[in-house]
Amino acid sequence: MNIAAHPSILNPQSSTLLNASAEDHHIARMAAIALGLSVLEAAIPSPLPGVKPGLANIVTLIVLHRYGWRTAVWVSLLRVLAGSLLLGSFLAPGFFLSLSGAVCSLATLALSRHLPQRWFGAVTHSILAAFAHIAGQMLVVYLWLIPHAGIAYLFPIFAIAALIFGTVNGLIAARFMDNTQQSPLPPEDNQRLG
Amino acid sequence: MHSTLHAIKPGDWLVLLLGAFFSAWLAASVWHGGAADHAIIRSGGKIFREVTLSRDALIEVPGPLGLSRIAIHNAQARIASDPSPRQYCVRQGWLKQAGEIAVCLPNQVSVELSGSSKRYDSLSY
Repeated sequence: MNIAAHPSILNPQSSTLLNASAEDHHIARMAAIALGLSVLEAAIPSPLPGVKPGLANIVTLIVLHRYGWRTAVWVSLLRVLAGSLLLGSFLAPGFFLSLSGAVCSLATLALSRHLPQRWFGAVTHSILAAFAHIAGQMLVVYLWLIPHAGIAYLFPIFAIAALIFGTVNGLIAARFMDNTQQSPLPPEDNQRLG
Repeated sequence: MHSTLHAIKPGDWLVLLLGAFFSAWLAASVWHGGAADHAIIRSGGKIFREVTLSRDALIEVPGPLGLSRIAIHNAQARIASDPSPRQYCVRQGWLKQAGEIAVCLPNQVSVELSGSSKRYDSLSY
């Protein structure tokens, strides 16, 4: 079959055309970066399933800061969906764990972003979101996957991991926010990236 | 490095501190099972014996595969020997705190440490 001969491809106007706004492009670009980080992170070995740096959340924080909460929701949920398709966990337990974590941290961010900006920065949002993320996951694990009180023994490990990774991710996000306020990319960062 | 620390605002330090306290509290409340004073030995799902940890003892528990020996010493308990092929429960070693449990699955024998104040397994309203 000759695909190029199909009329809708030769003449795009005859088929349904989706108009992507500038915001859609922003969302797609940011979700793609977050997706790349999720896939990268999936290759890092973890001592305990569930203890992950959550690098993609850096993107969520930056998007929240620059474009607002609605866009952050889009980017985060698109990342969860596309990430599960790429890693082959769509509709598997891992997908629902990611989803519940993402939903809980987005709900927390919806509240925490109203904290006074003078006192609370990206680190606060990142730590709170990390705790909410792990709380949402633990809820799904307990209610659905392992309904046994024994998983409580793992809570402190997850909490400490959330604190550490939340802080680090928040610092990285804060750094990017500073950079974008002053200049798109300072020379020192260009060198480091290149 | 200085600019990195500069990105942390006063409220961030507060949240960081509260998060650390919360994690420490969680660890203290979850991992500290409390002192154990007796051991519950089960065989085939039924309670075989409840023994105090204050006296040293060697208890033989019959199971489908043979005898499991449970040793109690110094207010600690362990499975000393078991006919199970993989020996997981024996290698688990000494149980010290309330709530700790060693299970020998093929022989259906388990020993669980329990304290005087039994914590709730579940609550319903």
